[in-house]
Amino acid sequence: MRPNEEIEELLESKEEDFVINIGPQHPSTHGVLHLKVKLQGETVLDVQPHLGYIHRSIEKMCEASTYRNFIYLTSRMDYLSAHMNNQACSMAVEQGMALAIPERAKVIRILMSELTRIASHTLWWGALGLDLGATTPFFIGFRDREEIMDIFEESCGARLTMNYNVPGGVMYDIHPNFQKRVHTFLVNFKKNLPEYDQLLTGNVIFQSRMKGVGVISAEDAISYGCTGPVARGSGVSCDMRKWFPYDGYEGAKFDEILETGGDCFSRYMVRVREMYESVKIIEQYIDNIPEGDFQAKTKNVVKLPKGEFYSRVETARGELGVYIISDGSMKPYRVKFRSPNFSNLSALKHMAVGGKIGDLVAIMATLDLVIPDIDR
Amino acid sequence: MTNEELKTFITAQVPEAIFEETQYLNITVPAEKFYSLAKHLRTDSSAEFDYLICVTGVDWKDSLMVVYHLQSRKHKHVIVLKVKLTDRVNPKVDTVSDIWRTAEFHEREVFDLFGIKFNNHPDLRRLFMDDTWGFPLRKDYVDDVTIVQL
Repeated sequence: MRPNEEIEELLESKEEDFVINIGPQHPSTHGVLHLKVKLQGETVLDVQPHLGYIHRSIEKMCEASTYRNFIYLTSRMDYLSAHMNNQACSMAVEQGMALAIPERAKVIRILMSELTRIASHTLWWGALGLDLGATTPFFIGFRDREEIMDIFEESCGARLTMNYNVPGGVMYDIHPNFQKRVHTFLVNFKKNLPEYDQLLTGNVIFQSRMKGVGVISAEDAISYGCTGPVARGSGVSCDMRKWFPYDGYEGAKFDEILETGGDCFSRYMVRVREMYESVKIIEQYIDNIPEGDFQAKTKNVVKLPKGEFYSRVETARGELGVYIISDGSMKPYRVKFRSPNFSNLSALKHMAVGGKIGDLVAIMATLDLVIPDIDR
Repeated sequence: MTNEELKTFITAQVPEAIFEETQYLNITVPAEKFYSLAKHLRTDSSAEFDYLICVTGVDWKDSLMVVYHLQSRKHKHVIVLKVKLTDRVNPKVDTVSDIWRTAEFHEREVFDLFGIKFNNHPDLRRLFMDDTWGFPLRKDYVDDVTIVQL
C-alpha cells in the first residue's frame, strides 16, 4: 500500500527537494518521454510527465486526409500494435458505410491481430529485462519476434507499419506460405515459451524487484481509466474482445487473463499468460480460414453519411477508441483517438509516489508505454 | 438500464437535456448543469458510470463542444454526454477530474488543443505545446509554416 503518512511527513520536513529529469533521451523511457521527478533521498515525492516531444497532431492531419488515407497515419501511433490501430479505423469507417466484411477477412484480421499481440508482448518482455539489468531476455524476445515480422513481411509487404487493413477487409490475400510459416512459428514459439518463465518469472532477484512495487487497486485503475494488461493486473475485467466482441472475436475460444495483485509482477504475469492465450486463438483459426473474398466490394471514393461513429478494439496495450465525426464529405470533420497509453500514463504518478526511484523504472516498464501513442 | 430508462433518469435531473439515439445514446446538456449530472451518473447505483472512456473537443465553427464517453462496468451501458459552449473567446466548463481521475489528463489535452478551460482543474497547463502556441485543432487555426494546404 502507499505509505501516505510517510510522504506527508517528508513533505512537512521542508528540506530542499531534489528534482531530476528523466528523459527525453533515456533508455528506460522507451522513447521521448520526459519525467520531472521530485525526490527526497531515494523516495519519489512527485512525478510530472512532460509530453509533446514527438507530437505530430495526427488528429489534425486526419482532417485533411480522405477516409481511405487516414488509416495509414495510425500505424505511426502505437507502432507495436499497428495492425489493431488500422483495424479500429477500418471498423469505424465500415460502421459508417454500413458494410459487412467477408468471413475470410475477419479470420485474417484475427490471426494478424494475435500475431501482432505476441510480437508486441515479446518485445515488451525483452525490453523489461533490459530495463532491470538483464541483457539476455532482449535477444530471446527479438528472436521470436523476428519470425513474426517475417510472416508480416511476406503477407503485408511491411514489417512494422503493416497498413494491411482497409475499409471492407484486408488489402491483399494472405501469401500462399502464410499457414505453413505460422505453423512453424507456433512449434518454435511453444518450445520457447517455457524459457521466458525460466529466465525471468522464476528468478528471485526479478521477483523481488517486481512484487509489491507500483501497486494500484482495482478502484483506482478504473478511476484512472486504465485498460489492457495494466487494469487486468489489478483484477479489472476490461478485455474488449470479451466485452464488446468485434470482427469475429465472438467465436474465439480464449480466457481473459486476470491477476489480482495490482503490482508490477501481476502486470507482468498478465502479459506472459496472454501470449499463451494468443497462441490458442491462432491455433483455433489457422487451419480454418474460410474460402471466399478477402475484401468486400467498395467504391473508390469513400463517403460517410453525416453522423458519429465510434469503434473500440483491444490492442496489445489496452482499449483503443476511434471516434469519427462526419459532415458527409470525403474527409472526416474530426477524428479522435482514445489511446490506451495516454490513460495508462496518467496512473504513473499514483503508482510511483512513495516508492523508490529504482522502482520507477520497473513501473514504467510494466506500463509498457509507447510514446508516439501518447503524443499522437 | 435501457435507453428509455436512461432518458427518464436523466430528464429527472436535467429537464433541458436533448437526446439523440445513434450508436449510443447522445445527451446534450447545458454547461452549468453538467457537473451535477456527471456526479449523479457516477454515484447513483442504478446508473453507475464508473468508467470515463474518453474526452473529446470538437470545433463546430460557431461553437465548441466537449464530448464525454461514459461506460458503466456493472450495467454494461455506454452513453455520450455533450456540452456545447457558445463562447469561443473564453469557453469554460466544470472539470470532472474529481469524479474520474483520468479526466485530469484528458482535459489538459482538450485545453491544449482547443483552449477550453476547465473550472477547478487541479493542474491546467498545456500538455503538448508551449504557452505561446495557438490552439491547433480549432478550425480557424492558421499556420503557414507547418501546415501545407493541398
